[in-house]
Parts: sequence; C-alpha cells; structure tokens
Amino acid sequence: MSTFIETHSLGHTYRFGDGERIVALRDVDLRIARGEFVALIGANGSGKSTLARHLNALLIPTCGEVLVDNLATTDPGNLWEIRRRVGMVFQNPDNQLVASTIEEDVAFGPENWALPRDQIRARVDEALTAVGLWDQRTRPPQMLSGGQKQLVAIAGALATRPDCIVLDEPTSMLDPLGRRRVLETIRQLNRESGLTIVLVTQSMEEAAAADRVIALHRGRIVLEGPPKAVFAREPRLEDIGLGVPASMEMTALLRERGVPLETTPLNLGELAAALKVLGPVTSVL
Amino acid sequence: MMIVVDALSHIYAPDTPLARVALRSVTLSISPGERVGVAGPTGSGKSTLIQHLAGLLAPSSGRVLLDGVPASGKGQKSQSRRRQVGIAFQYPEEQVFEQTVGREVAFGPRNLGLDSGEIHERVRWALNLVGLDAPAFLDRSPFTLSGGELRRVSLAGVLALQPAVLILDEPTAGLDPRGRGSLLERIDAWQRETSSTLIVVSHDLAALAQLIDRVVLLRGAEIVADGPSRSVLGDPARLTGAGLEPPLPVALLHQLRTAGWNVATDRFRPAEAAEEIASYLRAGRRQFETRGVPQ
Amino acid sequence: MNLLLPGMYVSTHSPVHRLDPRVKMTAALLLMVAPFAAPGFPSSVLLAAFVGLIALLSDAPWLALLRTLRTVLWLGCFLFVFYLFTTPGRVLVAWRGISLTAEGLAAGTTQIYRLCLLVVVSSLLTFTTSPAQLTHGLEALLHPLARLGLPVREAAMVLSISLRFVPTLFDQVERLIKAQRSRGAALQSGPPWRRIRSWIPVFVPIFVAAFRRADELAVAMDARGFRGVRQRTHLRRLRLGWRDLFASLIVLGIGVTAFALDRFL
Repeated sequence: MSTFIETHSLGHTYRFGDGERIVALRDVDLRIARGEFVALIGANGSGKSTLARHLNALLIPTCGEVLVDNLATTDPGNLWEIRRRVGMVFQNPDNQLVASTIEEDVAFGPENWALPRDQIRARVDEALTAVGLWDQRTRPPQMLSGGQKQLVAIAGALATRPDCIVLDEPTSMLDPLGRRRVLETIRQLNRESGLTIVLVTQSMEEAAAADRVIALHRGRIVLEGPPKAVFAREPRLEDIGLGVPASMEMTALLRERGVPLETTPLNLGELAAALKVLGPVTSVL
Repeated sequence: MMIVVDALSHIYAPDTPLARVALRSVTLSISPGERVGVAGPTGSGKSTLIQHLAGLLAPSSGRVLLDGVPASGKGQKSQSRRRQVGIAFQYPEEQVFEQTVGREVAFGPRNLGLDSGEIHERVRWALNLVGLDAPAFLDRSPFTLSGGELRRVSLAGVLALQPAVLILDEPTAGLDPRGRGSLLERIDAWQRETSSTLIVVSHDLAALAQLIDRVVLLRGAEIVADGPSRSVLGDPARLTGAGLEPPLPVALLHQLRTAGWNVATDRFRPAEAAEEIASYLRAGRRQFETRGVPQ
Repeated sequence: MNLLLPGMYVSTHSPVHRLDPRVKMTAALLLMVAPFAAPGFPSSVLLAAFVGLIALLSDAPWLALLRTLRTVLWLGCFLFVFYLFTTPGRVLVAWRGISLTAEGLAAGTTQIYRLCLLVVVSSLLTFTTSPAQLTHGLEALLHPLARLGLPVREAAMVLSISLRFVPTLFDQVERLIKAQRSRGAALQSGPPWRRIRSWIPVFVPIFVAAFRRADELAVAMDARGFRGVRQRTHLRRLRLGWRDLFASLIVLGIGVTAFALDRFL
C-alpha cells in the first residue's frame, strides 16, 4: 500500500497573546497508507485533536512537515487541494451543519468548488446514498438525531470525493445507537470504497476495530501497532490515562481466576468464541 | 423525601400537528435513600420523566408528588419541596455564566436565601467533594477550565444545594476514561455519606453499575421494567427488546448459555461474570476427572 | 422544537406552497399595499375575499390564522377607538365633548380591516414559505443590487446560516431556562430592571455558546473548502413555472380590478 499521509518530526506549539506557550505535539513521525483505517487514541490534552487538524492543513506545523499525497501543508498553494482530498468530521453534530436541509448542507463542499449544478446534484445524491440518508434529503437538521447529523457530516465530506476522511471524536456526543451507525458507516466506507480513515476516539472498543492504533501522550506517539498489540500493553495504557476494550478487561478477570485464555479478544464475539473452545464437549458425555 | 409518580402522562405541543406523547401513564415510587438508574433508548421519555421529578414540567395528566405535595405546584409547599431536588442536565457546563468558580457554585445557595457564611461553607464543601482544591479554584474564571474541570464545577453547583434528591442526566458523557471513573467514585462517596436519593439517567448503565441498585427501563413513553439492577440488567432479552445493548458480562453469559453452557446470565458486574464462567469451567473439569474421561 | 409559533412554516403540498417565493413575496407586498391604494368598500370586499381564497388554497388551519390576529388585538382595538372618536363628521352619539361619528365608525372599521389583512397576508406568506426559501427568494430579488457593490450574497449566506440555527437556539434556551430554574433562579418576576438582571444566567451562557458555535462552524466551513461567496455555485435554483405565471397574472388582475372598482363605482 502506498503512503498517503506522512509527517516528519512534526511539532506544534500554541502561542497565546500573553506569551504563554503550550507544546501540543513533539517530534511526531507518522505514516498512513492509502486505504488504511487508523485510530488515534489519547487522554484529553494528549494532542490527538491537534494532530488530526494537521492532516487537512487546518493547522500548519510550527516545526517539521506534513505531506498529504506528497503535497506539503506548509505551502499555501496546496491548501484547497489538500482539503479536497482530506475531508473532516468534527465532534459536535450541530456545529458543522450550515444549511436548512440535508441536501443543501451536503452540497456546501461542491458549491465551494464552483462545480456546475448537475455535478453538484450527482455528488449530493451519491454521498447521501453512501450513508443511507438519501430519502431524508429534504429534512431540516433539527429533525435529525445526533447520529444522523454525523452521517450528514460524513456525506458532506464525501461530496468532494476525498481520498481520506479524518473524524475527530465523531461519536462522543451520540447515544449508543448513533455511535453504532456511525462506526458501521465508517467501516463500510473503508472496506468497500477503500477510503483512508483516521478516527480520533476516546472509545477503546472503536479503536479495536481499526487496522492500526496510535496512542499519544503529551504530544508524542508512545504506542503504535495493530490493536491486539497495543491493547496487550495494559499497564502502559493505564499510565497514560487510557484503558482497554471491555472484552479485554473481562479476559484479564478470567485469567485471574485461572481460565486459560491465550488470545487477546478485541470484542465480545472473539471472547465468546475463545471461551466456547474451552467449554465442555457435551456430545462426548 | 418520598417521590410518588401516579399515572403520569405528558404530551408535548398538545392540540397541534406537532403533538408528541413523551410519557404514557407512568407509575413508580422512589423511597428516600434509594439509588435508581433510568435507562432507555433516545426518545423513550427519560428526560421528560426526570424533569417531572424535579417539578420543572406540569403533567398533562396524572400526578407527581414530593412528600405528598405536587412537584410542579405553584404554592409555597411545592416550591420548598422542589428546592430539595437537585438536577444536573446533560453537559451541565453549558449553564455556566458567573465570572468565578466560587460565584458559580454559590448561585444555587444564593437563591436559597442562605447567609453568606453558610454559602461560603457550602461552596468549599462542594468543591472539595468533586475534587477541586477549594482555595485554588475559587477565584478562577470558569472559562479557563478544562472540560472535565468544568463538569465538576457544575456538579458542585448542584451539590451545594445539598439536595435530598440528586438527579443526574448522563453525568459521564464526553469524559475520558479517567475522568469517568473519578466522577463516579465521588458521586458514590457523596451518596453514601449523605444517604440522599440518587437518580441517574444513562445509556451506559453497566458503567454506572456501582452507583445504582435499581433500574427503571423505559421504552416508547412507558415503563417496561422496574426492579433490582440484577433482574433488569441481567435480562438480555428484555434489554434488547427495549432497544438497548446488554452490558458485556451479560451478553457474554447469554452467548455461552445459548451454546449449551449451564451458567446464570444475570451476573452484570464483570467480576461476578468472570467468577461464574471460571467456576463453571472448574466444575466441568472436575466432572471430567471424576468420570475418568481423558481430556 | 416544541412550540408552534403563530405564522410558522408548516410543510404541506398546497398549490400556494409550490409557488416561487419571489412571486409570493411580491404578491404579498402588493396585497398589503392594495387596501391603501384602493380603500373603497367594494374593492375591500374583493381583496378580503381573495385573501380568504388564498388561505383556503394554502391548507392553512383557521385556528392558527385567528391566533396570529390575536397578536395585534390590542393595537387593533386602540386604532378602532382612536379613529372612532377623532374623525369629524355626522355625530351619532355625543358624551361630554367626545363624539362618536358615523365617519369614525367607517374609518375605525377600515383601519381594523387593513391591519387584519396585513397580518393575515404576512402569516400566509410565512406559513407557505420556509425561511430558507424566503432567503433564496430575497437574495434572487436583490441580486441586481450586487452589481452596485452591495454585499447581497454575503448577507444572504449570513441570513441563511442564522435561520438554520433558530430552532437549535430555541431548544438551547428552553434547556437553559429549565436548568437555571432548577437551581432556584427566579426568572420573569418583578420590575423590568430586576427582570433583566435575573435573566443573566440565561443570556451569558447563550452568548458564550454562540461564540463557540461560530468558531466551530467557521473551522468546519474552512475544512470544507469555503473561501468566500464570490465564486460559489448553487444546488438550488429558483425557476418560474407556468403556475407562477398564472398566479402572478391573477394577483395582478385582482389588484387592477380592485383599483378599477374604486375609480368607477
């Protein structure tokens, strides 16, 4: 798989009017391949949101560099092209919808690109169908659930036909049903359309669904790898203010009580399967 | 304070095309000192119900009584009962308006008409309760605080009322794992210390399992279950029927049971579930050994 | 949103709903001005009947329309009484120097009629046209002014984004009122200065939230490629159809007839 986004010694320092400085990112080296599903985890203040905003040039590095499809984010000439290729979905479902109907909101991106009307129409229909909201296209935002609003935001990002979508804690403010729908949609887009996904999340269960998990602490990457490898490092994760998926907590409890579980199950299904193998073979008796 | 809800119904925007039944003939009672969780999918009426318990809404029909007095009544008696109910809505940090943390937490006590010495005392007590070092935080502007700190300030503001009944709507929403754990511990400690009634609304009752003993399950504007945590959270069929996901321990035990394992499915706390599974496996092994069947 | 404000847009598929907003706005303006240009009795009857017909065609519930009239109840009464007693003419009843005249009766009734017509016409407009459509229509009508250098498109975008957030704001205010009331805030009671002060616990958070919202929205718009309104294209385009032409002709026809009735009767 080819590299789509890479960062070299990326650093970001916020400077405030009164002279105060906050170092949000330090020396971050990252490579995200095309079609990958990456989860960024970290406690509040770890820098994960800051890192996400560098991926579509909303923020420019104060040192180091970020290349998106070989376009440097520090070059102002690349700005809009980068933002076309990398869409972004934010945490608050309401504060990213600008229009009075769903389809007009999804059209916002293509409209900014001055596409002709029939192309905008085609893109809007395409994006809304991809998230399953096409038949709701004339509804106003206030009639939607939080989960649906986030799906609209995803459709809005899809309308510019991006290569990658970055989502900054898209499910934090949603109820369980909404969370599930958003996550399912993201996984489907990744699997079926090959869309590169970068998901910033506080939920270990969501991170467990990714191809690769990157854990941040105080602006640095401290853990990186497939979910099973990262979540096996529980003491370290706890140190940096994080946890592990509930299925792994359960596994630890079972092991404590002498149940010989070898695997690191990332979800309920894997755990149940691993246990069933250990169970009594009733047919023999 | 005794809370009695009798055939409570609530319809939003009645007599208009937008009319919506939020609660349909709901009946329940909550005794002083109980720890109750309210669960249900979005739109099931949870939010409406707790607003009635706090006397913020008037029933379309039925009654809500606080110590025998209507909760939403206009008289002095109703008002004094209402003052004993503290409610923290979802994302309570959205209500912050004062210039300092101290004044923000003091808002409630000020409205109670207490004297300044008492107010000051309560503010310090409440801030310490939520883990915010009182002297350091008193004069800070709320708008310089982090999300987690602001959440705690808002909670302190409600605790400072020293309510006989505390109602919390999704208290841990949006907090990181560490923040969640810490907040739950503190609420638990407060309840045990004051023996107040605690009512918690949440989508994630498994996480709050340490806080509650009883669960009221709502669906489609009606109560579909009301009983001890074990019987409600430990009943996967009823939970999924109500559109909720059972806690992982229960879902796991349910799957194992379906595969033929003879395990109880109502162990909703992770440690209990682990114990149930472990002892089942141990018993199975012993059974193998006594029968002499090679493994 | 749990309120049904008088005159609020309700989405149905009446023939009036389907008309182009520009046609409706221009027609509304015409109908509001007509009573002043054609004040005679027969023309008034014609106009009132026409507006009644529009109300029927819009599927507007009578109760809702009557409720919108209630908002001007006091003003209407005041105007009626004012004109009743101050119009010179043939005296019907006199009492201690204040006289009630026949002309006054006529004048008072005319004022009430004009007021009612104004309110009903504007309510019908907002009832049959969503805020978004009104904004589109307004932008289209004012478009020529953009050539003079006026920021019509920018204003239209600001207006449409603001409108989108009105229901959200309503919900937020409602929630905030409940939250602060539950902490013992006594909103609404007392003399004006105390009342305003007591509402600070609602004003401040709304302001703060509004600024935060604006900031987040700006970042989101940035991320979606927004760089000013100049070169933007639009998904929606207003197009006049035969229905609009037909409706315009009818309204024009009614207007001319009303005027003629006055002149020649």
